[in-house]
Amino acid sequence: MDWHIIIAASVKIVVFVFLVTLPLVAMSVWAERRVSAAIQDRVGPNRVGPAGLLQAVADGIKFLLKEDFTPDHVRKGYFWLAPALVMVPALMTSAVLPFGSSLFGEKMVIADLDVGPLFVFAVASLSVYGIVLAGWASNSKYPFLGGVRSTSQMISYEISLGLSVVPLIMIYGELNLSSIVQYQAENGWALLPLWGEGLSVKGFLLTIPVLISFIVFMTSMFAETNRLPFDLPECETELVAGYHTEYSSMKFALFFLGEYAAMIIGSGLAVTLFLGGWSLPFGWLTPESADAAVPWWHGLIHIGTFFAKVIALILFFIVIRWTLPRFRYDQLMRLGWVFFFEIALFNVVLTALLMWWLA
Amino acid sequence: MAIVVKRPKLKWWEQLYIPGIISGMRVTLGHFFKIVSGRKKVTMQYPEEKWDESLPEHYRGAPALVKDEQDRERCVACQLCEFICPPRAITIKPEEIPSDDKWAKVEKRPKAFDIDMIRCIYCGLCEEVCPEQAIYLRKDYAITGTSRAEMVHDKKKLYEIGGVRVGLVNKWNELK
Ligand code: SF4
Ligand code: SF4
Repeated sequence: MDWHIIIAASVKIVVFVFLVTLPLVAMSVWAERRVSAAIQDRVGPNRVGPAGLLQAVADGIKFLLKEDFTPDHVRKGYFWLAPALVMVPALMTSAVLPFGSSLFGEKMVIADLDVGPLFVFAVASLSVYGIVLAGWASNSKYPFLGGVRSTSQMISYEISLGLSVVPLIMIYGELNLSSIVQYQAENGWALLPLWGEGLSVKGFLLTIPVLISFIVFMTSMFAETNRLPFDLPECETELVAGYHTEYSSMKFALFFLGEYAAMIIGSGLAVTLFLGGWSLPFGWLTPESADAAVPWWHGLIHIGTFFAKVIALILFFIVIRWTLPRFRYDQLMRLGWVFFFEIALFNVVLTALLMWWLA
Repeated sequence: MAIVVKRPKLKWWEQLYIPGIISGMRVTLGHFFKIVSGRKKVTMQYPEEKWDESLPEHYRGAPALVKDEQDRERCVACQLCEFICPPRAITIKPEEIPSDDKWAKVEKRPKAFDIDMIRCIYCGLCEEVCPEQAIYLRKDYAITGTSRAEMVHDKKKLYEIGGVRVGLVNKWNELK
């Protein structure tokens, strides 16, 4: 391996993960608070910086300065490991997301893996260990219940999450996320096939399974990221604060930010798979092929497009959170196992039939 | 008696949840855009915007002592307010008015009159009980301090807030 690749990868990691994703996490916390405030006819944090934009900085300082308290009755090693186990997988999955076409001849993806979605699922599901460990190591009843709930919830929804992506992979015939985006740039987004090859009876008929996939995928994503309406592992009304009841200071912040990081990466994945990733609609400014060089300003526009879509999806996550009430636990399990699992399976068959019929 | 709650039978499209989610989002987004576009205003930006003009007449703010039109302190140090005050916020040290004083016939006045504003619950009982109409709850509500001692209003401060009040009690006036 030569130095050029290592340096390019490090620059991409630092810029994408630490200079873009982490600030985006902080900004989405701010957005969550402002949007929820507006929905509830309040104002929200608006004092620190213009329109309260620096609130995240103030929060960060507060988290760092607070006493980092470890209760006596916890299992220390696991207790300290758990928050990192929530945050790290969430950030690690960002390695395979193509966040732009290319800039100065460099592909805008940290690791151009040929098994993108599989890598995401494999790593993202590691974060359940963080929650389980937090619940177990805290050695008290509410975190324990939260941990148990979270485990069963994540396992249930992981299945439908994985299955909901299968139809798309069948359509694209590809597991490399960059190529998937390139395909969508040329032939219409999965959910909006209005140009290229997508503009055909086949393209339109295939949006039916894609739409079903999208709904299953998004719902499972809500469950995976523990957000309302599926935030049973930490619901305040029943479990105090769920699995992070015993945590304080920066350790709590890691859980908190891990949830938002998972949400951002989840949105990124949804954008990449369903909404054409970094590509503009109607094939504008589409590069010749996945490896073709593009002018630098095209590259910048593509990066901007990707983040615009991700931010739109994050706002959608936020609005949903403040719209829907929490599910009851048995309803949640029923929804996961009885409906989404079946729908996702059926959807795979439907896609196969449609593709065979239209071939 | 046990009541069987009838669960509504949902139509198939209602069971899909998606129409429900959409109509729910219509409500929340409606609120969101109303607030964001400034068409509806609910919250007041406190330190910049204040509601002082719209305080009601009966507003109960900080209790304060008042003087009458002849610049006499109305309080006669009867200590009724000290006794009635539920959280015991008031501490009074009475003293005799010397006989060469213009108001010697009043006999008593407070030497020290402290109200601990950390304790005061703004109940208004002191105002209610005072036979001399000497203590009133004013409209000051932003009582702050950086130490406990600072939060104790002494006599000087109480008269400063209270000021002069005319009428009502005339029994000590020269005319009578
Ligand atoms: S308002 Fe109530 S609590 Fe306050 S000083 Fe008067 S009697 Fe005491
Ligand atoms: S304020 Fe009124 S009730 Fe209190 S001691 Fe003075 S005269 Fe008596």
